[in-house]
Amino acid sequence: MSKIAMKSLFTAAVALFFAQTALAGVKIEHWVASSGARVYFVESRVLPMLDVQIDFAAGSAFDTVGKSGLAAITRGILDLGAGERDESQIAEQLADLGANLAGGADTDRASVSLRTLSARDKRDPALDILKLVVTRPSFDAAILDREKTRTIAALKEAMTRPDSIAGKAFWAALYPNHPYGRQAEPDTVAAIQRADVVAFHQRYYTAANASVTLVGDLSRADAEKIAEVLTADLPKGEAVPLPPAPGAPAKGLKKLAHPASQAHVFIGLPTIERGNPDFFPLLVGNYTLGGGGFVSRLMKEVRDKRGYAYSVYSYIAPMRQPGPFQIGLQTKRSQAQDAIKVARGILDEFVKIGPTEEELAAAKANLIGSFPLRLDSNRKLLDNASVIGFFGLPLDYLDTYQAKVQAVTIDDIRAAFGRRVRPADLVTVTVAAD
Amino acid sequence: MPYKLMLSALLAAGLAAPALANPYETTLKNGLRVIVKEDRRAPTAVQMVWYRIGSMDEVDGQSGVAHVLEHMMFKGTPTVGPGEFNKRVAAAGGRDNAFTSRDYTAYFQQVPKEKLEDVMALEADRMRHLTVDEKEFAQEIKVVMEERRMRTDDNPQSKLYEQMNAVAFQAHPYRRPIIGWMSDLEAMTAADAKAWYDTWYVPNNAYVVVTGDVDHQAVFALAEKYYGPLEGRTLPVGKPQTEPKQEGTRRVTVKAPAELPTLIMAYKGPTLRDVEKDKDPYALEMLSAILDGHDAARFNKKLVREDKVALSVDIGYDGTTRGPGMIYMSGTPAEGRTVADLEAALRAEIARVQKDGVSEAELKRAKAQLIASQVYKLDSMFGQAMEIGQIESVGISYKKLDRMLEKLQQVTAADVQAAARTWFNDDTLTVGVLDPQQLDGKPRRPAMAGRH
Repeated sequence: MSKIAMKSLFTAAVALFFAQTALAGVKIEHWVASSGARVYFVESRVLPMLDVQIDFAAGSAFDTVGKSGLAAITRGILDLGAGERDESQIAEQLADLGANLAGGADTDRASVSLRTLSARDKRDPALDILKLVVTRPSFDAAILDREKTRTIAALKEAMTRPDSIAGKAFWAALYPNHPYGRQAEPDTVAAIQRADVVAFHQRYYTAANASVTLVGDLSRADAEKIAEVLTADLPKGEAVPLPPAPGAPAKGLKKLAHPASQAHVFIGLPTIERGNPDFFPLLVGNYTLGGGGFVSRLMKEVRDKRGYAYSVYSYIAPMRQPGPFQIGLQTKRSQAQDAIKVARGILDEFVKIGPTEEELAAAKANLIGSFPLRLDSNRKLLDNASVIGFFGLPLDYLDTYQAKVQAVTIDDIRAAFGRRVRPADLVTVTVAAD
Repeated sequence: MPYKLMLSALLAAGLAAPALANPYETTLKNGLRVIVKEDRRAPTAVQMVWYRIGSMDEVDGQSGVAHVLEHMMFKGTPTVGPGEFNKRVAAAGGRDNAFTSRDYTAYFQQVPKEKLEDVMALEADRMRHLTVDEKEFAQEIKVVMEERRMRTDDNPQSKLYEQMNAVAFQAHPYRRPIIGWMSDLEAMTAADAKAWYDTWYVPNNAYVVVTGDVDHQAVFALAEKYYGPLEGRTLPVGKPQTEPKQEGTRRVTVKAPAELPTLIMAYKGPTLRDVEKDKDPYALEMLSAILDGHDAARFNKKLVREDKVALSVDIGYDGTTRGPGMIYMSGTPAEGRTVADLEAALRAEIARVQKDGVSEAELKRAKAQLIASQVYKLDSMFGQAMEIGQIESVGISYKKLDRMLEKLQQVTAADVQAAARTWFNDDTLTVGVLDPQQLDGKPRRPAMAGRH
């Protein structure tokens, strides 16, 4: 419903995807437009379509204090009126062209993405709209009010849901003195004024703060022209500095009451930022712990052996600043304590001992073998290339991915988990647990 | 992990659909059909095995058994131990899962193309040789109960949807939830699951869909090798369980912890049976796009943006089903507005279509979106396999997908108006209301629909 309410879920989904993403043999071309925006391009001529995504470092981490939700609402109303066009004209013209405009704001990023047919008579007018909404949004005051009202209602609704309550409490406990821990509330959204939105847009939706990714039926020359035109009217701006790194989490147990039949449990702590060398040992190790779906230890012990949960998982989500390690499960409220005990037992043992040789081989076989599946659509190419661009990962990230997975040893995993997943610092949040 | 296909996914898939190039098909001697769509854009492949059996084939007291069996399908055969199926797919660099709907149960693997043979061997093995072990069942039924708690018991909208169907249908098995009533899950035994498997999991009740970077002749040969030796068996003949004509609006209220009320209005709708002669399913599909196909479509523009009577509102129509079709409208009233206000506003929008029809511009726009979506859908090999599998599940050949698209393009404004007049009929309407309660169980705010 609300982009803000969905923040932690969206982040989790993105993190899951990229925690396991990679590939070889995809040629990502990179250059800097004369505006200063960084551009990433993958030519893919198989289908007559084009995807263009513009990412700005304008996620909720940059919300003004006391106005949490500002990043999300700025992105949310960006395409509800721009230039001479009102919100209906924009939506109708896109529909007439068969084009889709999407995106949203998560913790680090605000994204605007366009999918269009590549025929010039469709592509060019669709790109005009993309440029218009990014550079000349109207931020109509009445529309802002309407969307604030809808957002507040959705936030109130989310705060009746055990999973949303748990997610919010989890992020607050992980990041007690850092923007990652601050989340939209009805009163912080109510406090947002049009001037705040305009100022946020001016400061963060700039060329220096943007990466543009193009994937599809397009020549390099055309891609260059499009990137030039798209970003020409963005203010030059400057790359926005990051806040100080997050400090220690509010470790220990946070237990929240709720009438649900099932308890929701999150266990975790902040770990690493994007590009940290511990990423590969953590990725490979986590496959065995709780990232490998049905074959992970958590799944086998919590679900298969005991029938405690339908869903149980762990993941590592590197962000621009240290992102979370997280275990999640849901179980009948009366057995929550038993399920936590089992999950903690598995985690503590894994941190101490790491995977077996056999488990390590299985993790590598899947992470390396599944490589082609991570690249077999334009959508996946776009997701990969835009992450590499936005987070400034090396351009050969995908080419070296398999070798880096292959090189991980049990000692590497033990060392990385020992550094990053310290049992004494863990946060545990339960909602509706007896 | 196995999951049941939710309504929204079915609705999203909708009717739209042609196949641009090749699909090839063959039928093995044991009755198993194999459909292959070659798509060489990337070195990967998808295998899906579809069984023409879903929750609508269950009987009272055993609701949920189709879905429970889907879970048990991962618990091993004499040659592949419990959990080994997932392990082998993972080792092959693949991903796998399964889903159960009212109409069918389907299993799939996405793999690097060299591994297609491995997963075909695995699926063939469990088509006839599943072990339904008592101990494994005892654990897995608990997992399914947790799934029910998560998806339905603690989800007010799901609960409302479950209750609404239980009221909208009386004789037809669509009245039962796919995941099953909790008491039926509690009473279910391994023998129930085994009986379900033995009755329905035979090659002549299944079809295999493969898409990806494959050669259809090679896939046919693999199918012959692995599925060919399995024996077919005559299937039991089901009873029709025809839903009697509904003769008046029905209303149901569900109380659950929530902030906002929700309204669902569900009309009995037509189902597509004859691709050439049927008209209304196509017309209603286009009407859905006109009402809710983009941000400035009628519902969002009028009800959310202009009149601000709703925070959100949707319409969904699924005409490709084995059982009765339904047209669903649902939404959340804006603060200060009631579900009765929202119901009246939705009725007014439908009355506007019935009285004045829709414009040529609106129809043209919906058709432009449809054409573009036919290109975009080719971006997903899995989506292409789903499309073939779903249309086949209702007994319509995938070969008709192109024709269905043409029929959608031929829909006129007069067709849309006529279908709206026929099907938005109060006598076949069921209205469901979520009455939100505070977390401590007290009522939050009045949410009852007005009487009509």
